[in-house]
Amino acid sequence: MSVLDREMPGVAMTPDNIRRRNLPLGTNLLIVVAALVVSAVVVLGAGIGNWLLVVVLASVIYLVGLNVVASRVEGKRAARNRMWQTLIYAACVLAVLPLASVVWTLISKGASRLDGDFFGSSMANIGARDPNGGAYHAIIGTLEQVGIAALIAVPLGVLGAVYLVEYGRGRFANTVRFFVDVMTGIPSIVAGLFILSFWVLVVSKWFNDGNPEYSGFAASLALSVLMLPTIVRSTEEMLRLVPGPLREGSYALGVPQWKTILKVVLPTAAPGIVTGVMLAIARAAGETAPVLLVAGGLARINFDPFSGGQASLALYVYQQAGDASKYAPARAWTAALTLVALVLILTIAAKLLARRNKLTR
Amino acid sequence: MAKRIEASNVSSYYGSFKAIDNVSMTVEPKTITALIGPSGCGKSTFLRSINRMHEVLPNARIEGRLTIDDQNIYDADVDITAVRRMIGMVFQRPNPFPTMSIYENAVAGLKLNGVKKRSVLDDAAEKSLRSANLWDEVKDRLDRPGAGLSGGQQQRLCIARTIAVEPQVVLMDEPCSALDPISTLAIEDLMFKLKDSFTIIIVTHNMQQAARVSDKTGFFSIDKTGDPGRLIEYDYTQKIFSNPSQKKTEDYITGRFG
Repeated sequence: MSVLDREMPGVAMTPDNIRRRNLPLGTNLLIVVAALVVSAVVVLGAGIGNWLLVVVLASVIYLVGLNVVASRVEGKRAARNRMWQTLIYAACVLAVLPLASVVWTLISKGASRLDGDFFGSSMANIGARDPNGGAYHAIIGTLEQVGIAALIAVPLGVLGAVYLVEYGRGRFANTVRFFVDVMTGIPSIVAGLFILSFWVLVVSKWFNDGNPEYSGFAASLALSVLMLPTIVRSTEEMLRLVPGPLREGSYALGVPQWKTILKVVLPTAAPGIVTGVMLAIARAAGETAPVLLVAGGLARINFDPFSGGQASLALYVYQQAGDASKYAPARAWTAALTLVALVLILTIAAKLLARRNKLTR
Repeated sequence: MAKRIEASNVSSYYGSFKAIDNVSMTVEPKTITALIGPSGCGKSTFLRSINRMHEVLPNARIEGRLTIDDQNIYDADVDITAVRRMIGMVFQRPNPFPTMSIYENAVAGLKLNGVKKRSVLDDAAEKSLRSANLWDEVKDRLDRPGAGLSGGQQQRLCIARTIAVEPQVVLMDEPCSALDPISTLAIEDLMFKLKDSFTIIIVTHNMQQAARVSDKTGFFSIDKTGDPGRLIEYDYTQKIFSNPSQKKTEDYITGRFG
């Protein structure tokens, strides 16, 4: 008799228990029904809640009941396995549920204004009684602002991370890392205020005959402040995952360090870096406060990000949702749907691009 | 082409820990030198000191002189990449570049150093893959990922990659520890072939391998954990394996150590 057999009966495999005894599916479903019935009787009988409490209580009773019944039929270890498996599946469903709910709400409420007018016109000359009006100007604004912000933040962020991982030693690198961490926690409104006081109120005067001016570019600056720490941190983590022997293999071929980083390290980490960049872009595309502060929002189309106010989709949603017109909520929902779709398309495109190299999956 | 390597009083450190102490040896051109000894005795550290790979690790440093044809590679004005281009290295664990195909891996050293001509690269790829005894196995799938090969094939790919840049010295850090006997034999044959033009230094735990392939053998050892490794004996392989002058060497190669 082995130690395992003596101390933990039912765990060790012996010739007469190498076969699993399975809990029949029928029994499992029976426990579900029983749990629901018991829970309904308790909750509704005592009048302490509605169907939601019934479901919550039923799942708890089901888990306990499953554990008890399964340990009778399958043994203790198998029952514990079954219980955890059920818990993990439940957690997975719970995690996906809000997402599905958001998508469903957006589609059901946003579909009514999904028309050519919405994507082809702006809010210029649209009054409270006009049912039409669109988000063309806001889509332009979001694309330009996030695009410029990405152009600023992605090279800076990736190069900064390369410095921190490949070159940075000692106090300076630690200081940079610390402040990047601090930057991660900057509220977007603070980034907006910073750009407002620094760019809009000071620098933009130099280009505009001494008058401060809103611009989409100022919004890009604020967004890039927000994107930078996310990109640095995620890229840093990805670069650290590249195994040291790969770098050494490249050095041993007489390849200089900068080329090793460019041709071996960065391509190896590319898929992860792209994911981090897309997270940053998605966050920036959804920011409202900085755009409101430094670009002002504009009802008509403004293609020029460097002069004059601009709208953005998130800002548009905010404005339409608070508008008194009875046609505004529908526009807000459709704009929200558009924003989510835009981020989704960008993410998919970036993933495909990163996967273009068929050698890495 | 092949270079003479001369180490005099080389000591390597990891921070304050001294890994090897006062190693002096001369490696003649166009020979194979084997370094043997128990784990942790500093053979790999010494090997990595020869192409300045030791200092890649943070806080690692080295004392003493290491000359390649009378040029000290640790002089302040030496270009590290030039040293490494001259002294190639094969690592213990195969490390093909995961984002590159078999072909790209084989010519990575040329490509990353700026060679662009397709015909030159094609020739170099075939030649080095043939030398590494891998050509027949991969010639139909040169565009497949290098990381998709088996362990032994990956190691031969790494050897092909190393010899494609035609270094003058090839350092091998237990290159066969992950290989089957047939691949091992192939690599030993390859070493004999390479000996005509290169100087080879190999670290190995396999004493039969050291006896088979090397002209000279160096035996490293430590007294106890935490002590620096020392070169106990360095002599012709035949002498080391038949009539070593040190008791420690004899104990080690006959299996009576500790």
